[in-house]
Amino acid sequence: MNKRIKKLRNESLTAVNKLSPERAILVTEFYKSEIAKQVSVPVKRAMSFKHILENKNICINEGELIVGERGPAPKETSTYPEVSLHSMQDLDILNNRPKVWFRVDDETKNIYEKEIIPFWKGNTQRDKMFAQLPDEWKAAYEAGIFTEFQEQRAPGHTVAGKKIFQKGMLDLKKEIQESIEKYRNTNDSKDLAKIEELKAMNIAAEAIITFANRHADELNKLAETEKDEKRKVELTEMARVCRRVPANAPATFHEMLQHYWFIHLGVITEVNPWDSFNPGRLDQHLYPFYKKETENGTLTKEKAIELLQAFWVKFNNHPSPPKMGVTALESNTYTDFSLINLGGVKEDGSDAVNELTYIILDVIEEMRILQPSSMVQLSKKNPDSFIERAIKITKTGFGQPSIFNTDAIIKELVNQGKDLIDARNGGASGCVETGAFGTESYILTGYFNLNKILEITLNNGIDPRTGKEIGIKTGDPRNFKSIDELLNAYKKQLNYFADIKLKGNNIIEKLYAEELPVPFLSLIIEDCISNGVDYNSGGARYNTSYVQGVGLGSITDSLTSIKYHVFDHKNISMDELLKAMRVNFEGYDQLRHDLIYETPKYGNDDDYADSLAVEVFNIFYDAINNIPTFRGGKFRINMLPTTSHVYFGSVIKATADGRKAFEPLSEGISPFQGADKKGPTAVLKSAAKIDHLKTGGTLLNQKFSPSFFKDDQSIVKLSQLVRSYFRMDGHHIQFNVVNAKTLRDAQKHPEKHTDLIVRVAGYSDYFNDLGEDLQNEIIRRTEHEEL
Amino acid sequence: MLATIFDIKHFAVHDGPGIRQTIFFKGCPLNCWWCHNPESQDVNLEIFIQVNKLDGKEFKRAVTVGYQITSKELMDIILGDQVFFEESNGGVTFSGGEPLMQSKFLQEILVLCKQKSIHTCIDTTGFTSKKTIEMVANLADCFLFDIKIIDNELHQKYTGVPVDGILENLQWLDQNHKNVILRYPVVPGITDTEKNISDIKFFLKSLKNINQIDLLPYHNISKGKYTRFKKENKMKDTKPLSNNDMLYLKSEFESIGFKVGIGG
Repeated sequence: MNKRIKKLRNESLTAVNKLSPERAILVTEFYKSEIAKQVSVPVKRAMSFKHILENKNICINEGELIVGERGPAPKETSTYPEVSLHSMQDLDILNNRPKVWFRVDDETKNIYEKEIIPFWKGNTQRDKMFAQLPDEWKAAYEAGIFTEFQEQRAPGHTVAGKKIFQKGMLDLKKEIQESIEKYRNTNDSKDLAKIEELKAMNIAAEAIITFANRHADELNKLAETEKDEKRKVELTEMARVCRRVPANAPATFHEMLQHYWFIHLGVITEVNPWDSFNPGRLDQHLYPFYKKETENGTLTKEKAIELLQAFWVKFNNHPSPPKMGVTALESNTYTDFSLINLGGVKEDGSDAVNELTYIILDVIEEMRILQPSSMVQLSKKNPDSFIERAIKITKTGFGQPSIFNTDAIIKELVNQGKDLIDARNGGASGCVETGAFGTESYILTGYFNLNKILEITLNNGIDPRTGKEIGIKTGDPRNFKSIDELLNAYKKQLNYFADIKLKGNNIIEKLYAEELPVPFLSLIIEDCISNGVDYNSGGARYNTSYVQGVGLGSITDSLTSIKYHVFDHKNISMDELLKAMRVNFEGYDQLRHDLIYETPKYGNDDDYADSLAVEVFNIFYDAINNIPTFRGGKFRINMLPTTSHVYFGSVIKATADGRKAFEPLSEGISPFQGADKKGPTAVLKSAAKIDHLKTGGTLLNQKFSPSFFKDDQSIVKLSQLVRSYFRMDGHHIQFNVVNAKTLRDAQKHPEKHTDLIVRVAGYSDYFNDLGEDLQNEIIRRTEHEEL
Repeated sequence: MLATIFDIKHFAVHDGPGIRQTIFFKGCPLNCWWCHNPESQDVNLEIFIQVNKLDGKEFKRAVTVGYQITSKELMDIILGDQVFFEESNGGVTFSGGEPLMQSKFLQEILVLCKQKSIHTCIDTTGFTSKKTIEMVANLADCFLFDIKIIDNELHQKYTGVPVDGILENLQWLDQNHKNVILRYPVVPGITDTEKNISDIKFFLKSLKNINQIDLLPYHNISKGKYTRFKKENKMKDTKPLSNNDMLYLKSEFESIGFKVGIGG
């Protein structure tokens, strides 16, 4: 990388994470204004968005090529009091917590105390949500049965499709006008609401143009005083770019990156959507520009790389907005899950890998930063050189890129009833979530604790941690005669909690539809404009709400222990086993040893255990899949944990797999740490026994010690291993290449390992930023691989 | 029919082409000083005490090394990895111990593999009758054939058997255009003497078709196994070889036109 990029990268890496009150001040100012009280909700949201973009500080960092910051400066992170409000105590915690902290200065605290908190207290989306959610929802939530994504952050979880790379805001404004014409001559209240929504979209489109022009003005001003002739030319050109996009469709490589970046900022300024935003199939969108401009001589490969690297830095400048409480536990990271997709297939189903795909892989390897995340989509149609190049980057050990099965993703989307072309334009975002890019609103609703529900089943409806009866009575397990009776009881219990969760989500979705529409995001996702309906109200072509199952490996091992020792071999009675679990195996060393060492486990291609994974998966799937949502879409499942397997473990006492109380659970669909003894092929076979095509994503972590990668042959064999898993319809696999010794040293001497990035679960993170529990868990997983 | 085996390794990446499954037969006519799998030598099942640790406490239990398996059971296990074989042009490798010691069973399983078009590899010491080597050569796709010491007396001393029959078998495979990859365990002071290296080179030059050799550097990772299985370790003071030693040997064999791999 050249000197400029080195400097920008370094500035991004060393910028201090700070909480910025700028957005909170502006949004509060607008909500207090007279006009805010007179307009419809969507128009109010759009005007508030406009107010922010018209008044916020314009930040242009020295030497930058792509411009625009959400806050006043890099890593100065906005808050969203209309969604959830930080208390004074929260601000102290954010400032002082040892990991994933945000510095809060006295001025910010003062503004919060005097202006922000008094205005929003009791009126946030979060307050309204908790006022409406029923008691049984709260009881389950507090017990750790599930989490709720929309509790502190707005729905989002979506990705740009090809439309926005081919259209400018002025084109969209025309579409809005056409749509308004369509709904104008009517007195139907629904159509009137559509017109309000469309008006709001129009305001939002204008707001982002204004925002870009403010950057152009500032750039022109800087150009005037710039002494360096070269930079002067650059600044003038950047100003020209900012006047063209996003008002017009981008016409050059540079314009396209800047165009996307303004849209990205728009999405993450309007609200604080989960997984920020994502350009999706970046190599596909950019390639036509790259090809044309390198052929006609207006762009060199070096310049393209520099622009991409400058673009990469922009993502890294934007940490995930600060989370608190359970929400922080379920996803405790600065990463904001913008996941660049590379490769895959084109609309016509042919191989999409191109020259730029490899160039972007080079950029990923060279930049080696946390954000954006990156992945490769691997189809059977892609060449081996593509996957081998990707694995060579993985080998360097920062967890990127992860590898996804394009052919499975397309089948998953088509199974959900989507058009084949929309499916081929899709991919994965966030950690591993399947989506039709640009046409789907696919919202993650919360992690679902499969193991906690087993614990409650084994206690006949009572949570043994608190003694509260939060479940239903499904029978005294000591009277069960077979594993099937236990599974039946589990199914009833799970259905009960799934029902609570889904009803809760419909309340939450309704609240977002009514109170917090997102007219800007609605501009971008098809068919919100033609439907005249907001993204949060079901305006997108497809609407999906996902529930994430967590701890498949752990629950499989627990059920297998019970089947093996209690029912099949009668080594111990259910009564005795439950007693041992209650006392955390105190005085039951031999039993605990046998549960760990003398019991079939998930992850060894052993049907005895794996068939129970399939049972649990199907019970979960049947409880959730295809249930209608408030937005007119469907609930679906996926299997991923982010960091919730640690939180979910912390609310469960000892389990029948020999795990002690409050220890982490297994993550994704990976085997429990250390349970897989037969190597990676057996893990893949076990993991492929559940039907991935029924999900919207599964997450499999596979650890390798660096010694495995000693020659090119091993990279070839690893790529063949991936191809085999994908032939069995596996959805995703990621590799962690780091040895346990390094990790243990990093725990002892974090200062020596500030750049150590590891794969967590669906994303990478700085090892130093992980909680100690999670660090220990990753060390255990890694150690096991080295045996 | 039953075979006695002691282990099955999945995702074996150094025992032949592609991703392989390696079946370790129990029992070996040789008794090499440097043997990495001392538990493979005796064809009889052996019992040892396994120690598992949990929270600092030790749990002991008697474990049998080796088990008997039918060809159908084994075939089911092999077929379980078929998807990996197909994606990588891999297959199954029969190793040991010495798989040719259980030649009737081996014949049966090789026929079954052929029926399912599974690529097979035999990892052998070559110490067997000509009849057996011919039988196996007609069924297996590839041999990993050990070449250790050329001098008959020294071979007898360090492995317990003479070398002449082994070399004859190798020559027969060569003359009959069988696919063979040679494996040369480089053991300090035993197989890496100047004399032995020059003997091996001389012998290799006499081969007409075989042109690939893998150098297997001696390492002492099996130290623990000797203790665990209570076997006498004659090599406990031997130091492993350096990278440079291996690179030197590599160039030696390359100089006579061989393709040389390190490790395996």
